[in-house]
Amino acid sequence: MNASASGFVGGLLIGLAATLLLWSIGRIAGISGIVNGITGAARGDRAWRVAFLGGMMIVGALLLPFVQTPPPRFQTGTTPLLLAAGFLVGFGTRMGNGCTSGHGVCGLGRFSKRALAAVLTFMATGMATVFVIRLVVAPTP
Amino acid sequence: MKSVLVAAFASGALFGAGLAISGMTNRFVVLGFLDVFGDWNPTLAFVMTGAVAVTAIAFRFVLRRPAPACGGNFRVPAADIVDKRLIAGAAIFGAGWGLAGFCPGPVLVGAAAGLTDAWIFVPAMVAGSLIAGKVASP
Repeated sequence: MNASASGFVGGLLIGLAATLLLWSIGRIAGISGIVNGITGAARGDRAWRVAFLGGMMIVGALLLPFVQTPPPRFQTGTTPLLLAAGFLVGFGTRMGNGCTSGHGVCGLGRFSKRALAAVLTFMATGMATVFVIRLVVAPTP
Repeated sequence: MKSVLVAAFASGALFGAGLAISGMTNRFVVLGFLDVFGDWNPTLAFVMTGAVAVTAIAFRFVLRRPAPACGGNFRVPAADIVDKRLIAGAAIFGAGWGLAGFCPGPVLVGAAAGLTDAWIFVPAMVAGSLIAGKVASP
């Protein structure tokens, strides 16, 4: 399977996973929201989050060795850059109430204006950031 | 309660399989999608298309049901208002996403698989979220 086909199939599975979660327990499969809820959640609202993330991390990690890895693009593996990126992702998803899964996969599926605005915004700033990175950091050969 | 946990675990397992198979756990695939002015990699567009094709059809049928299969209520955001906080938050998230190519789901899978980059990223992500919870909550 080429990358586009496996991307599409993986996408179908992600959509099915979000559907299963909504159908079974009525929750939105937004990873940042599920993670954020662990610390602040009321009692009885924590276990399902841990179960979901456990399933995702175990199965995802088990399959990872079988997935082809493309070469690195830029020299973005430096520790300060990863720390800054992580901080921005954590801060932004909490402030904006969602990430690629909550706003993207689930929000767009509900035809939410909010989700569409968020997706267009984070895609735009993501692309702008990569553009700037390419200007200031030499791409890896 | 037990059925809730089994359902949540199964949903997560399916989600993790989708992330791995789609290539989204690899941050360079994601960076490739964001690199529209360079060597563009369209994979993320195929992933989103597949995922939203399912949710756009299936969520309608699911949300017509009186209640979730394991009991309780549907907990779906009611407000659909675009405000400054949403846009600012999404903009900040996008900047971090473009810096490293990691978003919350894939980076947690990466951390579980022992990727060093993910282990550096995740604590910073948790810190960012906790600080936003203090200073940027409604």
